[in-house]
Amino acid sequence: MASQYKIVVGLEIHVHLATRTKIFCGCELVYGDTANTHVCPVCLGMPGSLPVMNKKALEFSILTGLALNCAIAPFTKWDRKSYYYPDLPKNYQISQYDLPFSEHGYIEIPAGDGSNKKIGIIRAHLEEDAGKNTHTLGNFSAVDLNRAGTPLLEIVTEPDMNTPEEVGALARELQRIVRFLGVSEADMQKGHMRFEPNVNLHIERDGQVFKTPISEVKNLNSFRAIERSVAYEAQRQYAEFLETGKTLQMGNKRTYGWDDAKQMTVLQREKEEAHDYRYFPDPDLVPVEVDDAWLNEIKSRLCELPLQMQNRFVSEYGLSDYDAGVLTADRATAEFFDTAVKLGADAKRVCNLLTQTGLKLANEKGVTVNQLGIGPEQLVQLAKMADAGDISATAATTIFEEMAVTGGDPMQIAEQKNLIQKSDTGEIESLVDQVLAENAQAVEDAKSNPKKAKKAMGFLMGQVMQKSKGQANPKIVSQILNKKLK
Amino acid sequence: MATKIDEAQVRRVALLGRLELSDEEVTQFSGQLSAIVEYIEKLNELHTDGVEPLAHCLPVHNVLREDVPRPSLSNEAALANAPEREDEYFKVPKILDDNSGA
Repeated sequence: MASQYKIVVGLEIHVHLATRTKIFCGCELVYGDTANTHVCPVCLGMPGSLPVMNKKALEFSILTGLALNCAIAPFTKWDRKSYYYPDLPKNYQISQYDLPFSEHGYIEIPAGDGSNKKIGIIRAHLEEDAGKNTHTLGNFSAVDLNRAGTPLLEIVTEPDMNTPEEVGALARELQRIVRFLGVSEADMQKGHMRFEPNVNLHIERDGQVFKTPISEVKNLNSFRAIERSVAYEAQRQYAEFLETGKTLQMGNKRTYGWDDAKQMTVLQREKEEAHDYRYFPDPDLVPVEVDDAWLNEIKSRLCELPLQMQNRFVSEYGLSDYDAGVLTADRATAEFFDTAVKLGADAKRVCNLLTQTGLKLANEKGVTVNQLGIGPEQLVQLAKMADAGDISATAATTIFEEMAVTGGDPMQIAEQKNLIQKSDTGEIESLVDQVLAENAQAVEDAKSNPKKAKKAMGFLMGQVMQKSKGQANPKIVSQILNKKLK
Repeated sequence: MATKIDEAQVRRVALLGRLELSDEEVTQFSGQLSAIVEYIEKLNELHTDGVEPLAHCLPVHNVLREDVPRPSLSNEAALANAPEREDEYFKVPKILDDNSGA
């Protein structure tokens, strides 16, 4: 009996915002510092202390909401979500419940076939992160509250994703967007982005659709784990459905963790009592009203989004989708490339220079390509020299590397390093004539022995290049050789 | 008089608040809390048709802070009230259910 199923996935995402200080106090956010050295009475939850909202955290959130095509609420407020856990010193988390700052948006993700797919965003709200527990003390845990109070943007998508790859694509796209906007470093290793997929299946059988119980996989922080856990859950739920026939009902959603070593989801033990967060408005924080003037000011900070830029590089500049993807992985590279092309350089040439040399150099120095000490104008000049055949592709790389060290002019470097190719046909022709006179056998083979012609041609080419000390323009050498050997 | 907050509810709220109550206290608080809720129920006599829900009792909004660091406490000061510590950390009984909310 054939049955087919569709995977249905919605994502809940937490993003650390890249503010300097915490959301409700002036403690500096520093990753990896000595435990409990970036804490104060507010983030320690001491009685009598009062939180004050970080303006930038709110603006970063609104900017992200705008990029995700959300409606920004003109009035938003803060609520307390109560639960007991040692990394939450106040015993409640300040969050947003019924009036989040933004709702009803969408994000476009690459569908993998060159087209884009829209995934709905239900809401995005702002809250504070908890501290960090380490379980290394036997029957005790060690608590570090440096992270407590980090501004955290929670984004909830519609269940619009239908493959593990789409879920991965959304995660990657969101990472690119928040980096373009400069609102988060989105470093997965540092836990700046955490993902929780909600997965179930719609199984079609005998003309009926059965929905399996939803699994929520908690706290994923790698793209691979996101994709694999969704793929694993789909398989597991299908097998479970065949065995038990269990379907989605109120209250049968379950929580899983991802065991990376075993590459499987693991059911998490939960207490019998359902969570009861007892949300209520936080009396310590006043509401926020976002008027048009403020909203427009934030809107003016929006930039072209990475996927739009990637698509434009393909349609306007004729790049491959792959190359366009590499260039739009970060905003600095994308804008540097775009500027160079607008200044008149050949897109494919600049793309190659940047992806093959620029990114490598930037990576080695730990900077972005626009911080290599090379302006877009200089890169355009280098690209044009390579296009004109004044320098070889190899020489272009050498010059690029030198420019990154000295900041010098590409033509000067080429001259200093003797990298200018000779394109003077008269001079090359006399070299070719010499070589042809000295290598009668190869000339004979090239002209009339089809088996050896190619090899002989290569040999003659090599001889001319050697005589020119590598400075002849190979294109012109090849043209002259071909003409003479006809 | 029917109690507004029965003993089962008191036990449940105590559990959520991680409070350990004796049986006598459960009975005592059930009575006290019921009296409080009953008193507050007077508010239900008001007609609130057409009144917007209030998010905050102060007519104030947009109290915001610039994103500028201020000094934090020293590690010693931060841990001064901790019942137990281990090096620079607060030391707490191990919690098995690791479903932290965030």
